[in-house]
Amino acid sequence: MNYLEIFIGSILNHNIALAYILGMCPLIAISTNIKNAKGMGLAVVFVVTLTGIINYPIYVLLQRTNTTQLSLLVFIITIAATVQFLEMFLEKFIPKLYNAFGIFLPLITVNCVVLGVSLFFVNRSYNFFQTAAFSFGSSVGWMVAIILVAGVREKIKAHSDLPKGLAGKGIVFIVLGILSLAFIGFTGLASIQ
Amino acid sequence: MKLIRLKYTKWYNISKDGLSKNNPIVVAVLGICSALAITNKVDNAIAMGIGVTFVIMASSATVSLIRRFIPSKVRMVTYMVIISSFVIAFQMFIDAFFPAIAAALGPYLGLIITNCIVMGRAEAFAVKNPVRYTLVDGFANGLGYMYVIVSISAVRELLAFGTILNYQILPDSFPTWTVMAIAPGGFFVLGLFIWLIRDVTKNYEFS
Repeated sequence: MNYLEIFIGSILNHNIALAYILGMCPLIAISTNIKNAKGMGLAVVFVVTLTGIINYPIYVLLQRTNTTQLSLLVFIITIAATVQFLEMFLEKFIPKLYNAFGIFLPLITVNCVVLGVSLFFVNRSYNFFQTAAFSFGSSVGWMVAIILVAGVREKIKAHSDLPKGLAGKGIVFIVLGILSLAFIGFTGLASIQ
Repeated sequence: MKLIRLKYTKWYNISKDGLSKNNPIVVAVLGICSALAITNKVDNAIAMGIGVTFVIMASSATVSLIRRFIPSKVRMVTYMVIISSFVIAFQMFIDAFFPAIAAALGPYLGLIITNCIVMGRAEAFAVKNPVRYTLVDGFANGLGYMYVIVSISAVRELLAFGTILNYQILPDSFPTWTVMAIAPGGFFVLGLFIWLIRDVTKNYEFS
């Protein structure tokens, strides 16, 4: 199995937002304009890649000690701790980046993409480098999805006249459905299993 | 007489909030990931609905019990630990008794932890209210979530496989819609469902 194949597959035909439907709450809440979408997307790429790489050795340790049923609890604590640590680290040493991430960083703990990526690598029994490629690829895929949705929403807000019941969040699902259909066009491009 | 008085009790209002007025999926648009990813079969949706209801009730009650002892700075992590313990319990239960459903739900079962509804009820309701109200609130929100995902899954399973709960409903000559079994079908059905419910209840969101 090729690392590049996993990377490309997890951005395009196995996009974590559009094919596996993860991370919808922040995607819908923050995709009102492109600038915020980009900020959230970058924060997700950063955190997901980091937690994927940290969670893998921890999972191996759990496997060695035969306590994999605790993996959920351990993963979620690792994620919360990483986000907290990252927040303090960035605030102290790279304040520019910290200000750019703003409120998005603490919100990431409850983003299902982060936990989802960790659970998927367990489910598919990846090795370390495959996990790294998959975490990075999935988070980039999520960023692509949120920016695409934000772009469409900006245009909708400026130019279209929606039925009242569909205005606001309802229309986002229709947009996501169409995007998801479009991404099905990539089927067969790369395999991630 | 009893019935009229019932309308003004706190119990009634809490239940109504969760089921219709502030329905977690249709009005607040929370917990969408699981609502879409696993709703291509009715039995998966029922298992997920029961799981989420159980986790909301149990974790809200626990949070409410120890609410005076949780320092507000670390409350998010505390909720996470409480919620994930109950999710692990539920996951082990499903693994042991319904292995077929556990296989179909896969990682999405563990993702109940990050279901925003559970966290949302802990933060918005359980830390401020006594245990008996949090149980009602958890039950109402869980049922509000469950009836939406079961309706969505009924539509999707019918159109994608021609069955409901694996019983053949539509004739074999019906051309099944494969798109309903995968992600886009979920997005479209939920979008239309939100439109329908908002038009029926006249509960619009102006943006």
